[in-house]
Amino acid sequence: MNARRPYKRPMTGWWQKNPYLVEYMLHEATAFFVAAYAVILLVSAMKLAQGQGAWDQWVVWLTSPLSIGIHFVLLAAFAYHAWSWFNIMPRTLPPIIVDGRKVGPQTITFLGLAATVVLSLLLLIVCWGLAR
Amino acid sequence: MNALSNNTATKSIEIEVLRYLPESQDKPYYQTYTVPFTDDMSVLQGLQYIKDELDGSLSFRWSCRMAICGSCGMMINNVPKLSCKTFLRDLYPGKVRIDALANFPIERDLVIVMDDFITKLESIKPYIINDVPRALSDGENLQTPAQLAALEQYSDCINCMLCYAACPQYGLNSKFIGPAAMALLHRYNLDSRDNGKEQRMPLVHAEDGVFNCTAVGYCSEVCPKKVDPANAVNINKTESAIDYFLRFVVPKGANKGATKGAPKGAAK
Repeated sequence: MNARRPYKRPMTGWWQKNPYLVEYMLHEATAFFVAAYAVILLVSAMKLAQGQGAWDQWVVWLTSPLSIGIHFVLLAAFAYHAWSWFNIMPRTLPPIIVDGRKVGPQTITFLGLAATVVLSLLLLIVCWGLAR
Repeated sequence: MNALSNNTATKSIEIEVLRYLPESQDKPYYQTYTVPFTDDMSVLQGLQYIKDELDGSLSFRWSCRMAICGSCGMMINNVPKLSCKTFLRDLYPGKVRIDALANFPIERDLVIVMDDFITKLESIKPYIINDVPRALSDGENLQTPAQLAALEQYSDCINCMLCYAACPQYGLNSKFIGPAAMALLHRYNLDSRDNGKEQRMPLVHAEDGVFNCTAVGYCSEVCPKKVDPANAVNINKTESAIDYFLRFVVPKGANKGATKGAPKGAAK
């Protein structure tokens, strides 16, 4: 008779027991917010195609307190998503050698975040300028 | 052998250990021991104290006591760690909870069944492969410092399996080839003296290959040797994707001649 009886532990609640994995799941969950914003953009494009009347109605909803509240939540989720995304980015890139030395993970994360902030501000300024 | 033979311990710590006795128990259970300790004692030494002084039936793996053999990996307060490299003083005054390495079946107490990892390790051909075997008269197989630097980090892997215990994707689907095997596969593929990349890449592309990874990154976080296995896995995702799309544009066999004709070292 085989005395071996390996015990396999269940995986239920695997991500709840470890702060690192809770953060990972939080990061993954913010992807839904990114998708939600994509839907808002898509609906905007649709309303624009439907003509002036539909667009004006859509703008009324967009500027309502509920919509503005939703957009603040989306912005917060986006910010967290971007931050955690650039945090993991150094682990996904092949080594970048500058001056014979490997670029450190903090530098890569910083450059990614900096590019996001700069480009976002640039876009905001351009859109603001066009809207005026 | 006894770490406390000089009797200098003044503090005691509670160590809760997951026990599993397959001949008498259906399920694992926790057993708590009170262990006197000194500031220089590792968690492994705490377990050795239990085995020597309190309960000889406790089973766990260990060998070198200096973080190079990779035998003593276990979950310490739910984090995969080498027990020889984790100190009781850093966990005091809290309770220490020790489980067998997560995501692996338990053979007995803290001893896991590692057959799966060993099979995967063998499958990636973790040795230098030459198209033409080198004769002794060929002399040393030379490598420049830059060529060594390209792979050195990945060759530091000690097969301790902490990365597998950290990987939820491996826990959910043990067919996934996993972090350490990929890190070592990458290590040999990067080696300027190696010609076996073509034999190894099918494992990268496979259903159970790199794309099971969702970039959790915890494997690299817990690695005691800073191998960064997540990096090896994710670089190979890119390689695999490039390979997939290249086959639409590169005629069959053309790729082969380009990468394998000249010695790999010369190309780098």
